[in-house]
Amino acid sequence: MKYLTEYRDPELAKRYLEEIKRTVTRPWNIMEVCGGQTHSLVKNGILDLLPKEIRMIHGPGCPVCVTPLNLIDKAVHLAVHQGVILCSFGDMLRVPGSEMSLLEAKAKGADVRIVYSPLDAVKIAADHPDREVVFFAVGFETTAPANALSVLHAHRMGLKNYSLLCSHVLVPPAIEAILEDSECRVDGFLAAGHVCSVMGMYEYYPLVERFKVPIVVTGFEPVDLLQGILMVVRQLESGRAELENQYSRIVTEEGNQRAQEIIFEVFEVTDRLWRGMEIIPNSGYRIKEKYRAYDALYKFEVDIPEVEEDGQCIAGEIMKGIKKPIDCPNFGTRCKPETPLGAPMVSSEGACAAYYHFYRLTVEE
Amino acid sequence: MCLAIPGKVLSIEHQYDGRVKMAKVQFGGIIKEVSLEMVPQAKVGDYVLVHVGVAISIVNEEEAKRTFRYLEEMGEVDELDIQSMLPDPKEYREDSN
Ligand code: SF4
Repeated sequence: MKYLTEYRDPELAKRYLEEIKRTVTRPWNIMEVCGGQTHSLVKNGILDLLPKEIRMIHGPGCPVCVTPLNLIDKAVHLAVHQGVILCSFGDMLRVPGSEMSLLEAKAKGADVRIVYSPLDAVKIAADHPDREVVFFAVGFETTAPANALSVLHAHRMGLKNYSLLCSHVLVPPAIEAILEDSECRVDGFLAAGHVCSVMGMYEYYPLVERFKVPIVVTGFEPVDLLQGILMVVRQLESGRAELENQYSRIVTEEGNQRAQEIIFEVFEVTDRLWRGMEIIPNSGYRIKEKYRAYDALYKFEVDIPEVEEDGQCIAGEIMKGIKKPIDCPNFGTRCKPETPLGAPMVSSEGACAAYYHFYRLTVEE
Repeated sequence: MCLAIPGKVLSIEHQYDGRVKMAKVQFGGIIKEVSLEMVPQAKVGDYVLVHVGVAISIVNEEEAKRTFRYLEEMGEVDELDIQSMLPDPKEYREDSN
């Protein structure tokens, strides 16, 4: 557990904290959407430093956590029964499928490989012209340019043995779904800085207008987070609902337009199911018809029956802010990072794993 | 996996008969291949914010160094080293029993 004095800029952090305490007059629920921010809030002990009026709700901003069970099953199926080289980010390996995780598939001899970048998976395809290589493309808008570019690279290199199992998710439709939920208690949002560095800010204006809710684009370092929270609290206390940018040193109004061009060359918007939530309209990307040769869903026979979740994991309620990880009866007992029952216990950006690694310490102390 | 990590562009090269352009980017002691496709204006010596092998924006040197130091202190740059992310092979052999 970190203490305030260990922060890079403890004086500034202290000033923001004091200002938050001075400004707040009543309880507010603020959701950080990005799992990287959840991780940083918990790891840096910020949750303990905030005044009790401010309740941080950990949103669905971990792409690993919201990848649907059926897609994990499809990835396992491709690796085990179709003999492909299944490449994935490391965080996906332990996520439980209905029968097994990718790690268990690997143990059974399937060729499952961790890559740092989808472009590395393209290289593997170039090096193994006799094998099919599938990249499990999960991620938010930050990751979309890399995944789209991998398709363009394969296309330019004339590769016929590379494809994506695509599970892309988008932040603004998720915020919209959360705000439309009748159980929603969120008063203000921290939007994810890196997502906005790619997409810019324009998608968030309609949300602010329609739901009269403050949204502040925020970075992920402690001082960024404290400043972002202060900006949301100031808006709430003065009855404003605006889109503001705490992370202007990285995020511009229009984002990275070249990256957006590449995304929309390869992907188009589609409805998507979020694990623990429901199908959210227009909340994901799928591969456009033009690049269908690179879509694993078309290339392979992967009609795996949908299996119901076994109901032990309350991740959905956590992502909507109804419960905290420590409210889950399985937390830290039957469900641990080595033996996760649900995805939020796997990735360090998942709320349950973040609490398990860092928060438990303060609870026990 | 959603973090972007700042690094310095060391060189730019063309691969696969010029069909793919990649740069060597240095993150502390680690050098990785990174695409500059989203930041075509980036030059050797510039600092770029890299997410899963693709640079998504150019940052100034001071910001890059500050952020990198923070990430390193927090143990967040491990994802650059794939070996560190692989579970212990013993573990998945045992799992299969
Ligand atoms: S502790 Fe485990 S079972 Fe409970 S919500 Fe988190 S991931 Fe699911």
